[in-house]
Amino acid sequence: MEDRHILDIQDLHVYFRVYEGVSYVLDGIYLHIARGERVGLVGETGCGKTVTMKTVMGMLKSPPAIIRYDKVSLDGQDILKMSPKELLRVKGTKISMIFQDPMNALNPVFTVGEQLYDVIRFAQKRLDNEKNPSQKEIHDRGIAILKEVRLPDPERIMGNYPLELSGGMRQRVLIAMALVNEPSFLIADEPGTALDVTIQDQILNLLKELVENRGISVLLISHNLGVVRETTERAYIMYAGQIVETAPVDLLFENPVHPYTQGLLASVPSLTGGEIAEGIPGMVPDYTVAPSGCRFHPRCTHSMSICSEKKPSLTMIEPDHYVACYLYTEQKEQNE
Amino acid sequence: MNEPILVVENLVKYFPIRGGLFHHQIGEVKAVDDISFNIKSDEIFGLVGESGSGKSTIGKTLVRIYKPTSGNIRFKGKDVFHIAEKELFFFKKEVQMVFQDPKSSLNPRRSIKSTLEDPLIVHKLAQNGHSRKKTIKDLLQMVELSSNYMYKYPSELSGGQRQRIAIARALAVKPSFIVLDEPTSALDVSVQAKIIRLLQRLQSELQLSYLFISHDLSLMRTVASRIAVMYLGRIYELAPTEELFRNPLHPYTRTLISAVPVVSEKEQQVKPTKQSKEGEIPSPANPPSGCAFHSRCSLADQICSEQLPELVEVIQGHFVRCHHVSLNIASAKL
Repeated sequence: MEDRHILDIQDLHVYFRVYEGVSYVLDGIYLHIARGERVGLVGETGCGKTVTMKTVMGMLKSPPAIIRYDKVSLDGQDILKMSPKELLRVKGTKISMIFQDPMNALNPVFTVGEQLYDVIRFAQKRLDNEKNPSQKEIHDRGIAILKEVRLPDPERIMGNYPLELSGGMRQRVLIAMALVNEPSFLIADEPGTALDVTIQDQILNLLKELVENRGISVLLISHNLGVVRETTERAYIMYAGQIVETAPVDLLFENPVHPYTQGLLASVPSLTGGEIAEGIPGMVPDYTVAPSGCRFHPRCTHSMSICSEKKPSLTMIEPDHYVACYLYTEQKEQNE
Repeated sequence: MNEPILVVENLVKYFPIRGGLFHHQIGEVKAVDDISFNIKSDEIFGLVGESGSGKSTIGKTLVRIYKPTSGNIRFKGKDVFHIAEKELFFFKKEVQMVFQDPKSSLNPRRSIKSTLEDPLIVHKLAQNGHSRKKTIKDLLQMVELSSNYMYKYPSELSGGQRQRIAIARALAVKPSFIVLDEPTSALDVSVQAKIIRLLQRLQSELQLSYLFISHDLSLMRTVASRIAVMYLGRIYELAPTEELFRNPLHPYTRTLISAVPVVSEKEQQVKPTKQSKEGEIPSPANPPSGCAFHSRCSLADQICSEQLPELVEVIQGHFVRCHHVSLNIASAKL
C-alpha cells in the first residue's frame, strides 16, 4: 500500500489566522496519486486548490498557516517534517512544477540557456552520486530536452531571452525545465491557461506524451473541466476546501453524482449546443464563517438536516467512484 | 429575415509601429484587414478568434473608441464616422459596450449608485433624484441584484456581481445594440452560466442585438446565432452557428473546434479532424503572405502562400475563405 502511492494525503486541515478570526481553508482533504498516474484537481476560484498544492510543495509558512494532518507523504516521506535542506533536495529532483503564467515563471534578465543550466547544475549538486558534469555535458542535456519538447532550433533558443519567445514556446521551455532532472512527480498548476486554445491543445498533448513515456505521476490543477478530462486519468472535484467527488474521468464526467459536480458540469457550455443550465445558486462561502457539515449544503437543492450537522465522508458508490454526500451514503445504508 | 441594424463594409484598421530616433513609423500592425459583415436586429452575432485576430479591435471600432483606417460602419442606416454632433448623442445612447474585466471597467472610487446615475444624467433619462433612484432600482432588478447594492463600491462585490453592474450601466440608456467583449472570460464556469443566462434573457426581453466577442467556441455555440471566425485580422469563415459546427469548412475552423477541451464523450465525437501542423500563431505585425493560415495548414500548397483566397459563399449563408474548400466540401458529403 505504502509504495503504490507517490503522493498520499490523509485528513489535511489548513487554517490561517486572519484579522476576522480563523480562516478554515482546507477541511480534511484526502487525496492520493498512484505511481505513474495522472490526476486532476478541479475546482473554482478560491476552493483551496493552490493551498493544497503549496502544502504538498512545503511552501506554506507556519505561522500564519496552521496545518493539521494524518498523513502527507511523498514517496513514503513526510514532506511537512523535512528539514529545509532535505526539502530543497526533494524539490529539485523528485518533484517539479509547471506554473500557469510562463512569463512570470521565467527570469527576464537571463537567457533560456542560463536558466536551464542552473536547473541541471542544481540537481547534480544535490544528487551526490554523480561527479560534477562538464559545461559541455550540461549543454548537451539542455539541448536534448529542448528537442524533446519539440522547440525548433534549440541552439538558438538557448541564447534567447524569455521576452523573445512566444507564449507557447515559453511554456515549452518551462516543461523542459520541469522534466530535465527526471522527476518522479510533477505538479502542473493550470498549464496552458494563459494560451490560445490551439496552442494550449499542442502543449497539453506534448505534456501528456512526455509524462506517459517517462512514467511520471502528475497532479494537474485546473479550473477547466475539459482540460482535466482530456489530460488526466482520474480527477478530484473540490469545493470550498473539501473533496466532494473522485472517480476516473470517464466515469466522473459521464455520470457525476454529487450535486456540486452536477451543477458545475451543467454550467459548462457544450460544443454540441443546447441551453446552459441555471448554474449553481448562491456564492462560494467565506472561510472565516464556513458552513458546518458539508460546505455545499447552503447552495444544495437536495440539502437535508444531516448535511449541516456532520461532514459526509468519501464513500464508494461503485468501483473507483467515491462521493462525499449523504444522498448516496443514506441510500446505501437503507439498502443494506 | 429582418433588416440589418449594423453594416460593416471593408473595415480596415492598421496601428502604426513606431520606433527609431525620431519615433517615426516603421511598420504597421494590420489588426483588422478588410472586414465586412452585418448584424441583424434581435441577433447575437459571434466573433471568434485567438489573440491577435483583431476581434476586440472590431468591437472597439464599432463603438467609436478607434477610428478606422478605411471602410465604413453604418448603424441603422447612418455612417457612424460621419454623423452630425446631434446625432452622435443619439448613437452613443443606442450603442453600448461591456468589457471583459469589470474590475477595471468600473471606477473603484464611485459607488454603484453614482456609476449608474451618470448615464441617466447625461442623457436626461430621469428628471430628478427621486426618479433616478427609482430607475437605478429597476436596473439593479433587471440584472437580478437587490436595491441595497446601490450604496456599495465595486471592491465589495464579487466578479459576477461586478459584471452585472457593468451590464446594468450599459442598459441604463436603453440601447438597442451592445458590444460584449469577452464578458465572461474572467469568471468561473458556474458564474459564467448565470451571466450568460442573464444576457440571453435581457436580449429577448428588450429585443437587443449583441456583437458577442469571445475566444471560447463552446460558449459561442450556445449563445450566438451566426459566427464569424477570425484569424490575423481577417474573417476566414462565416456561417450560422448550427451550420458552422456541423459542417466547418475552413481548416482553421476545424483546428479551432477540435482543440477545444471538452467534458463529454458526445462532444468528443462531433469534433472534426484537425487540419494543422504544430506551430505558433504568427505575429499580426508580420502575417504570412497569401492565406495567413498557410504556415500552419496541412492542406496548404503553393497557391496558398501566394494568393489570398476570396471569402466565397459556398452554401446559403456559409462563407469560406480557402483555396481548397472543395476538398473539405467533398469530405463532408462522404
